[in-house]
Amino acid sequence: MTTVRPSVAQPPASASTTARDLLGVSRLTDAVLRRWLHGLPGVDQVGAEARVAGLGTRSIKTTSKAWAIDTAISMIDLTTLEGADTPGKVRSLCAKALVPDPTDPATPRPAAVCVYGDLASTARNALGDSPIHVAAVATAFPSGRASMPVKLADTRDAVDGGADEIDMVIDRGAFLSGRYLQVFDEIVAVKSACARSDGTSAHLKVILETGELATYDAVRRASYLAMLAGADFIKTSTGKIAPAATLPVTLVMLEAVRDWRELTGTQIGVKPAGGIRTTKDAMKYLVMVNEIAGPDWLTPEWFRFGASGLLGDLLLQRQKLATGAYSGPDYVTID
Amino acid sequence: MTRFDYAPAPESRAVVSIADSYGLFVNGEFVPASGAPFPTLNPATEEVLAQIGEATAADVDRAVAAARTAYQGVWGRLSGAERGKYLFRIARILQERAREFAVLETLDNGKPISESRDVDVPLAAAHFFYHAGWADKLGYAGLGGSPAKPPKPVGVVGQVIPWNFPLLMLAWKIAPALACGNTVVLKPAETTPLTALLFAQVCQEADLPPGVVNIVTGAGATGQALVEHPGIDKIAFTGSTEVGKLIARSVAGTRKRATLELGGKAANIVFEDAAIDQAVEGIVRGIFFNQGHVCCAGSRLLVQESIHDDLVRRLKRRLQTIRVGDPLDKNTDLGAINSATQLARVREMSAVGEAEGAERWSPACALPERGFWFAPTVFTGVSQAHRIAQEEIFGPVLSVITFRTPAEAVAKANNTPYGLSAGVWTEKGSRILWMADQLRAGVVWANTFNQFDPTSPFGGFKESGYGREGGRHGLEPYLTTGATL
Amino acid sequence: MSPTTATPAADPRLEVRKTYKLYVNGAFPRSESGRVYAVHAASRGRGAAAGAGSRTGALLGNVAQGSRKDARDAVVAARAVVAGWAGATAYNRGQVLYRVAEVMQGRAAQLAAEVADAEGLTAARAAATVAAAIDRWVWYAGWSDKLAQVVGNLNPVAGPYFNISAPSPTGVVAILAPQRSSLLGLTSVIAPVIVSGNACVVIASQDRPIPAVTLAEILATSDVPGGVVNLITGHTAEIAPWLASHRDVNAIDLTGAADATGVDWGTLEAAAADNLKRVLRPEGVGSQAQEPDWSATPDLHRMTAFLETKTVWHPKGR
Repeated sequence: MTTVRPSVAQPPASASTTARDLLGVSRLTDAVLRRWLHGLPGVDQVGAEARVAGLGTRSIKTTSKAWAIDTAISMIDLTTLEGADTPGKVRSLCAKALVPDPTDPATPRPAAVCVYGDLASTARNALGDSPIHVAAVATAFPSGRASMPVKLADTRDAVDGGADEIDMVIDRGAFLSGRYLQVFDEIVAVKSACARSDGTSAHLKVILETGELATYDAVRRASYLAMLAGADFIKTSTGKIAPAATLPVTLVMLEAVRDWRELTGTQIGVKPAGGIRTTKDAMKYLVMVNEIAGPDWLTPEWFRFGASGLLGDLLLQRQKLATGAYSGPDYVTID
Repeated sequence: MTRFDYAPAPESRAVVSIADSYGLFVNGEFVPASGAPFPTLNPATEEVLAQIGEATAADVDRAVAAARTAYQGVWGRLSGAERGKYLFRIARILQERAREFAVLETLDNGKPISESRDVDVPLAAAHFFYHAGWADKLGYAGLGGSPAKPPKPVGVVGQVIPWNFPLLMLAWKIAPALACGNTVVLKPAETTPLTALLFAQVCQEADLPPGVVNIVTGAGATGQALVEHPGIDKIAFTGSTEVGKLIARSVAGTRKRATLELGGKAANIVFEDAAIDQAVEGIVRGIFFNQGHVCCAGSRLLVQESIHDDLVRRLKRRLQTIRVGDPLDKNTDLGAINSATQLARVREMSAVGEAEGAERWSPACALPERGFWFAPTVFTGVSQAHRIAQEEIFGPVLSVITFRTPAEAVAKANNTPYGLSAGVWTEKGSRILWMADQLRAGVVWANTFNQFDPTSPFGGFKESGYGREGGRHGLEPYLTTGATL
Repeated sequence: MSPTTATPAADPRLEVRKTYKLYVNGAFPRSESGRVYAVHAASRGRGAAAGAGSRTGALLGNVAQGSRKDARDAVVAARAVVAGWAGATAYNRGQVLYRVAEVMQGRAAQLAAEVADAEGLTAARAAATVAAAIDRWVWYAGWSDKLAQVVGNLNPVAGPYFNISAPSPTGVVAILAPQRSSLLGLTSVIAPVIVSGNACVVIASQDRPIPAVTLAEILATSDVPGGVVNLITGHTAEIAPWLASHRDVNAIDLTGAADATGVDWGTLEAAAADNLKRVLRPEGVGSQAQEPDWSATPDLHRMTAFLETKTVWHPKGR
């Protein structure tokens, strides 16, 4: 399996060169990008949702369920993104990430803790040298309505604070009004801002905010635009807009990364975020990852859940599998 | 990395109890059959599930007499509203006992439990529910008569159904017949009689008057006795075109009516601008749903040449996730072939395809040792002249043919004696409507495939038979509409 | 005109007689077989209810005796034109059928005389029959763009799909025209078949074919595309089996089997099973065939018998 470390050095502007080569043009414009994005196959809403419903009938039992629960836990970006967040709250979340279930040290840890940029250093300090990543939202999250210098400063600030991963938002207004080049350029610029002085770079997750894109066709196009611009991950949602992550939206994005790898040889990760609360939900996502993108994506390196409450339910189900008895919320720590 | 291979998730058999042997259901009671008993197998294991009674001509005669008596004495005189209430009752019992029917269907037929649970049984209940509502509204159907003086039933109906959707086909036959005031004698397929016999229990549980529904089991001879019985006013048959023609000849020169739901060789046409991922799903649903044992299966994939390689690659990738195996496992996508006979036919036709020079491909999948199994199979490089492009295989075997223009797609799609169904995949609306006009098929699925609904008429053009089942149109064959015969 | 002009003593004028030919693919060929058969007038007063075969009147003409090969050519013509005719707008087909009525009206006197001769009717009854036949074309003409609305419908399926059932024509239809009612009956079997877009091959009444030949001339001059209606005169029992077994014929109307010499409709129906033709049986009880009363206002069944219900599904999504 190919592995790409999150901190591989990227020469600046390589995305633009790659994009021009891929599209076969000497210069990128809105028109060029429109032609390419609108040349992608359409998505039939009913058919896509029927496919999801079909996969949703998969029944995951016993050993398979145990594996899936542990895998799901390890894929979580344990998240707090509230105006009321404090260093104390973040440290508490980090403690939970380090020891998800005090009754069972074998419990896997989540992949990352996801916070606002100003709390990235708090999280980094709390996590110490554990392999748990710090993910920070940036670029005037969640609306993205700020000038480019502000977005880039926001990004650099988070990287400087120790963020391993940056979760940026695209400019949905620009996307919906057809200013594809602006969206592309912003992603490229933010990616540059993810570079560290040592030549490594923070991993870039691009949030499409699919709830505002409204159609699956737009989700597919936004996915391709983000991948073209150099996203390491494409992520559904900020969690601040309803609907947040849905199975059909994630299906479309999984198809996109699958086809992108066939097209370019580059593997891109997927992160549904928001609204995923139960083990049953997580199982459905994992089945979809398995059967749409394929087993190569079934690791925290390539698939994440952006969630806060999900971990608790996964732990409850994990205890049930271990003990045979149904557990209760008093037996799972709050963060 | 551990493979996410899903652990076995078998549905429990405990919900069904199968008797050692079964008789016939005549005049509201189970009675012994006069013929020699024959076994019905679980095609997934070859286990004998039960011994089934073979109805002789004399047995059929008794069943027809019971149906006639019930028609003249009770059912034909009952108000539409009361008839409807019996059908509503049956619909509800089917819903209540849905799991039992689903498991039994899967055991006897070999289809995946996910299909019997999510498609066959709910649709069967829906058919009774839909037709129940028609029973007292027939005068509004625009099929003769008036609200005050609704059209009349035809009388006693002989119904012969196939093994691919045993309970669902029973529902397609019995629900409209009863709603219109007819009584029936139904013969389920030789290899899948169990859900029909369980349905007989449902009739008892619903207190349906004796003789309104009679079920006679057996093979071809029993069916022939039923079709040729002079006391039958109408035949409703679903099955092969070959047998359909025999029935058409048998009723020739009589005043017996017939509706025939026969074979097909549907084209599933994919244009280069199609929503490609949904098209792949539609192809899979078209030919691998129910092991391809579907008369309207999309067995010919007509793909525009410009996307042939890409589509075939995507299709093959998709087929690698098809799960073949224990039909009772909730994660099984493709179950067992229904019988040894059918398996031999599928094998033979696939060998023919290879011999004709088409390229054969199947995903790697381990097939169980016992039982009747066939891996999903795709033939590429097929042309119209190949037998696998012309003859119905009735199995999980897809033939891929290319075309260049919409007109060529239509010409190839229509170039068959059949005309049951067709699929069209394109994002261009006007092309869909043009194609739908041109295709000589009774059902055209555009950007979808193998959808069924009680309100939607189903039936074919040309040698796929005549008459419609379902919807307002499906009532017509069961009514004397005021038009002279 | 001048009263002073002397009129020369004229020879009595010799009437120009007509050669009665087939109507195939919009043309009027003789039978490829070269055969004709003599057609006589029915004796007066026997009326339309009289049985066919009683031909004691004057010789009306030598009518082309069509063969199986003529029928075969007619099927080829019908097949060639049916897609175009079915593809015409319903409005257009309605106007074409109405045009038939218009042209018939202009030739009503000729038709009345021929119907009187053919069926042994009084002049008054023959004229009334012709009037009824013209009105029947008008009646069916109006159906062209209502049929789909009356026999088709939207189906409220339990899912996110648009689903509609609409009629489409069956294709090429063979028609055994009624033996007795040479024009009204003939009209009553042709109009419902073609109004929906079918093309047909008609075997005219064996003993009363002359009004059919005139109707063919009317069709040829009234915008009905050549090949939509093909009319074969001759012996029903000779031609019908070839049409019943013809694999490129989609349906057969056996109405004219009643009173047709040597024709057993059950045998024809059995032959039609070879390619599962749609069969419209003759009226009657049991194996008996009886010609219907054509004076009654029709219902839909002669149209719906030659229609296929096509149901189209499409998802509804954003």
